[in-house]
Formats: sequence, structure tokens, C-alpha cells
Amino acid sequence: MVTNITNLGRSGVSDWLIQRVTAIVLALYTVFIVAYMLFHPELDYATWSALFQRTWMRIFTLLAFLSIAAHAWSGLWIISTDYIKHAYARLGVQTFIIVALFVFVVWGVQVLWGA
Amino acid sequence: MSTLQVSVYRYNAETDSAPYMQDFEIDTHGRDLMVLNILQMLKAKDSTLVFRASCREGVCGSDGMNMNGKNGLACVTPLSEVVKNNKLVLRPLPGLPVMRDLVVDMALFYKQYERIQPYLQNENPAPAIERLQSPEERDKLDGLYECILCACCSTSCPSFWWNPDKFVGPAGLLWAYRFMADSRDTATRDRLAEIDDPFSVFRCRGIMNCVNVCPKGLNPTRAIGKIRELLMANAT
Repeated sequence: MVTNITNLGRSGVSDWLIQRVTAIVLALYTVFIVAYMLFHPELDYATWSALFQRTWMRIFTLLAFLSIAAHAWSGLWIISTDYIKHAYARLGVQTFIIVALFVFVVWGVQVLWGA
Repeated sequence: MSTLQVSVYRYNAETDSAPYMQDFEIDTHGRDLMVLNILQMLKAKDSTLVFRASCREGVCGSDGMNMNGKNGLACVTPLSEVVKNNKLVLRPLPGLPVMRDLVVDMALFYKQYERIQPYLQNENPAPAIERLQSPEERDKLDGLYECILCACCSTSCPSFWWNPDKFVGPAGLLWAYRFMADSRDTATRDRLAEIDDPFSVFRCRGIMNCVNVCPKGLNPTRAIGKIRELLMANAT
């Protein structure tokens, strides 16, 4: 057993599962946004704003934000453990990534509910 | 044209400050020899050349090496399979420390093999004669037990290159699944608990380099997938 404390789920199988589930959420969100734009070729502010007034769209978007954060956490954690061999440099990078993701999520919530 | 250009990786820590490539010309008389035959001819020319070999028929797994960029067993790899433009480049297995010439230090590879406890464990009292297995149960071991631990797969795996101390590697994981799949083994849960971390199994990104090079035609990626399924089933 290799012990790890800065990965997202504390266990390999949970990280693996989270990464796959969040990938599906992000794929669905991407398909939805692209399809929405294709079906609204002359998209204006009012339509776009109205879309994000809807509760289901806010939930879907927040879910996508959280998915990006979780997906990036587990993915960048893997990359940092592969390439950054110095322990404190690695911890520094991992901490920076996690804090940045937290900031982006809170910022995203503010944008989503602020409009 | 029966003269083959052979370039061999040479390194002797006692006399060389750095590894270098030594070039040879070998007359094959037009025969499609095995790469190991070529090495033996080189050894006759230059007795300081060092490589491992034993059974010379793909059973012992001693002469795993990198031939024209691809890992394999020198004894069962015919020249016609690897030689391009009449040139053969021989290097040690990548990713492991070189001890001398084509001989690598396999300590990390064996350490990972030891970690997966490669022996049958059964908590039930032993029966009078033997633990019986049905033909169907025995069939589940096909494609797993044939591994000869030549390390061709693990040393072609970037995940093993980066983390040979933490990632078990394709060979070790194939063996781990060989015991999980065995009806006579009752330690599957303990085996899974030992490797349920982000490194041991999950550093496998499924690029299938292992499948590409296995001289026995085995599929470690499939075995790793099965281990993931068992981990999922146990943890959800």
C-alpha cells in the first residue's frame, strides 16, 4: 500500500471513479452548450441571460464547475507526482492547484448567481 | 547482402565514464538467425561483451532486451522480425539501472513482484489429497500463468519508468490477477487492499505498450482492467 494524502479521494479506486464520472458530466455539459449555440445562431444577451436564470441550468452549470475542479485535481495531482520529484516543490504545486481550483469554484458560484 | 550492421550498447562502470555504442559487422550467410545467435557471434569476436541468456527458447526470460527500439526476448526474435535497412541496434531494457552492457538491475522489478504476494493463500484447512479445481475454474488462469517475468512489458511502460518504486507494473499486476482469479486462493480481499492506492494499479493509463511487446502474447492491460473491476465491485 502506497500512502498518499494530497490526492482527491485518498484511494486509487475513488480517484479513478471520480475522474470518469466527472468526465461524463463535462462531456454532457459541452455537448449541451455547443448544441444550444448551434440552435441559437443569433444568440443575444437576453436569451443567454434567461438561460442562466433557470434553476436547472444553474444546477447543471455548478455541477460542471465542481466536475472541472475534481477532474483537474485528480488529473493534475497525477501529473505532479509523475514529473515533480522534489517533495516540497510537489507539495507547493499541489497546494497551489487546490487553492486555485477552490477560488475558481467560488468565483463561478458568484458569477452564476450574481447575474 | 549477408553482412549485418550491429550496434551494441556498451557500459562497464569500472572502466567507462559513460555508455557508448559499439559497431560490429556480422556475416549471417543469409540465414534468418535469432538475435541471440548474433549476440553469441559478437561474444566470440569480443569476449568482454556481457548479456544474460539461458534456455535460448523463450522459457526462462533471461535475455529480454531492446532490439531496434522494441523490447523482446533475443532468443525467440528472428532477425527478419526486427532488422530494418540491414541494421540491428541492441540496448538493455529501458528504465532499469544498467549493471553492465546489456545486463540490467532487476531489483525494483522483483520488489514489485514480491509485493503482490505471488503464491497461493488459502485459509481453509488443506484437504487430504489436493484442492480440486473444475476445468472451467482452471480455464480462468489461461493467459495469466504463462508469464515468465522477463520484464519486457514493465520496462516498456512509461508509468513504470516514472514510478518503479510505487507502480506495480504490468508483469506484477498480471501475476496479482492470476492469484485473484484462482479458485483455490482465498486472499483476494487482502490482495486488493494492498494495491488500492493511486499508484499501485491506477498509474496504468491503458496505453498497452505491455501488450505490444509481450513475447508470450499475453495481455496485462486486460488483467489490470479485471483488477479495477474487482476493486470497484468491492468498494461500491
